[in-house]
Amino acid sequence: MTAPRIDRRGRTAMLAVIGICFMTGLAWASVPLYRLFCQVTGLNGTTQRGLAAPGATDRQVRVDFDANVSPKLPWKFSPETPSDTVAIGARDMAFFSATNTSNRPITGTATFNVTPAQAGKYFTKIQCFCFTQQTLQPGEKVRMPVVFYVDPKMLADPDAADVETITLSYTFYPVDSGKTAS
Amino acid sequence: MTDTALHPSAFQAHDHGHEAHHHDADHKPGFFARWFMSTNHKDIGTLYLIFAIVAGIIGGSISGLMRAELAHPGIQYLGTWASMLHGGPQSLDQSLHLWNVLITAHGLIMVFFMVMPAMVGGFGNWFVPIMIGAPDMAFPRMNNVSFWLLIPAFTLLLASPFFGGAGNGWTLYAPLSTYGEPGPSTDMAILSLHLAGASSILGAINFITTIFNMRAPGMTLHKMPLFVWSMLVTAFLLLLALPVLAAAITMLLTDRNFGTTFFDPAGGGDPVLYQHLFWFFGHPEVYIMILPGFGIVSQIIATFSRKPVFGYLGMAYAMVAIGVVGFVVWAHHMFTTGLSVNTKMYFTAATMVIAVPTGIKIFSWIATMWGGSMRFPTPMVWAIGFIFMFTVGGVTGVVLANGGIDDYMQDTYYVVAHFHYVLSLGAVFSLFAGFYYWFPKMSGRMYNELLGQLHFWVFFIGVNVMFFPMHFLGLQGMPRRYPDYPDAYAHWNTVATVGYMIMAAGMAIFFVNLFWSLVAGKKAADNPWGEGATTLEWTISSPPPYHQFETLPRID
Repeated sequence: MTAPRIDRRGRTAMLAVIGICFMTGLAWASVPLYRLFCQVTGLNGTTQRGLAAPGATDRQVRVDFDANVSPKLPWKFSPETPSDTVAIGARDMAFFSATNTSNRPITGTATFNVTPAQAGKYFTKIQCFCFTQQTLQPGEKVRMPVVFYVDPKMLADPDAADVETITLSYTFYPVDSGKTAS
Repeated sequence: MTDTALHPSAFQAHDHGHEAHHHDADHKPGFFARWFMSTNHKDIGTLYLIFAIVAGIIGGSISGLMRAELAHPGIQYLGTWASMLHGGPQSLDQSLHLWNVLITAHGLIMVFFMVMPAMVGGFGNWFVPIMIGAPDMAFPRMNNVSFWLLIPAFTLLLASPFFGGAGNGWTLYAPLSTYGEPGPSTDMAILSLHLAGASSILGAINFITTIFNMRAPGMTLHKMPLFVWSMLVTAFLLLLALPVLAAAITMLLTDRNFGTTFFDPAGGGDPVLYQHLFWFFGHPEVYIMILPGFGIVSQIIATFSRKPVFGYLGMAYAMVAIGVVGFVVWAHHMFTTGLSVNTKMYFTAATMVIAVPTGIKIFSWIATMWGGSMRFPTPMVWAIGFIFMFTVGGVTGVVLANGGIDDYMQDTYYVVAHFHYVLSLGAVFSLFAGFYYWFPKMSGRMYNELLGQLHFWVFFIGVNVMFFPMHFLGLQGMPRRYPDYPDAYAHWNTVATVGYMIMAAGMAIFFVNLFWSLVAGKKAADNPWGEGATTLEWTISSPPPYHQFETLPRID
């Protein structure tokens, strides 16, 4: 074997290794990219955040509230009303209540999504207990508000215009050290 | 072992650099150095083939256990097997968990330790260097590392059932594989995949470097045999897909052991992200398993039609197209995870696009046979069997590609039937075709033609009796991955189990043929297939000298 041939092989192998590193990097980069993508597009029922409701239209939509608790969290958690019927575009407020049934203070955080998934990008929250962590003292019960509106742009979306019921679902998890809420 | 009965009829003497002595190209090192420190592509290929056969026996036996349990409604054997495995009587949950362990092991073994080592490591190592006129692979020692990484990988996987057992399915979906299954066995399965993946990545670097830099003078890319083309595309798929798997299962490991939350909603992760990452690897992976088969079948059809393959460039670039499009269709494995309608439409359409290059290949094989001077020895019947079976699997694939139909079909036996038609019948038929085609070259002895034909027909009937009824079961709604089912599904399940037994009888014929031929087979000529076998491996002796092409062949 002459030296130049070895060099050519080395160069090909190096390019292949660069390709491997690139794909590995891409796979790891997909974690933040995927989160960003879901927030922008509402994929997987990721909801949006807004400041003020644009004003009611004459279309009504029913919003069902669903509350879940991780088995690791000794809380009771439920919506105060199972569902609301609101005008699309109108601001609405719903209350959830949580009770710490244990004998120690616990901090929890809620994740959320909406179904059907295509309604996610139109479901806009102005204020939500899920934006921050909640600490409950032993036996403490709190009422937690969520203020939201359904964006009237949904009526112009052929995939979402016929949605009549949107389910807003929350799941409370304990906050561990080292785990952060999104 | 240095002086085996498999002695080549010819050798090439050569002058080794400035060393003054002559020694023949067939000088072999001692047994340990030859087989444990091997740097010879043919020896490593042989090791890979032996490994794949052993893994195939284990993986195939596991499917036998599953078919036995599924033969009749109810749980018959799982409890007994679970107590045999873990010692002492086991709870029903433990028995049912064993089922999950079995399906996981069957899938992982067949994909990572049978088909891939046989196709890429076995036939790829053996014939890519020879077909392009190279003396060996570009990095022989790395080649050896690739093989020996598989041994600890396989050991880890086989040991995991004794530590509870990984029952996640071959896809290792979170959250079952993160907090759903504590204990070391899932970690062992994940590490096993890491090692097997590293092995394949090293192999891919080796193939790419070899094919790009070590072709004999005159062997341009557009003159390479289609098997080499298929290995080149496969190597690229391995190179681009496996790092993604490695990253995804590393995230699983850290989620399991180090408190990260990549796939845990409690910490802002998303289990669906794991599915995206897995299938971004997983879909190219199925082409990794079938593309070398396309290459093998192309060589065989051309050989026994005594014609060059029809539409050579179309065939080569169809494989490239399949490889490229294979990277942008992954979410058709995830139609029911809440994708939007537009996303489903895209993935449905993109998936169906793959039927075009695949169709080009099927039609070109048929066109190669058309008007050819055909013979039907064992490799040819396996190759034609491959085309038939793969087409059936391809048709059900087009059905399943529809996002709407998939809502109904997902996770039913229809899917099981589909991927077994393309893999268990497609990939495995091409493996047997290649094995019979190259057995005389590799061993220097002919296989027994009668046993070979018998093997084909028994196996062909067996697998069809086994897998075709699964279409019916799936259409009737039988879900996959359960050890039990309502009585309504009993009939076709019993038929499928009978099919397994026929198939197993076919495999017995294969092993009889294998051992009989190795011991008492007729000596094979350099080119036992005569006119039509035009690739370079038929220009050297059977078996080839230990080092071939001391003088590089020149291709006009």
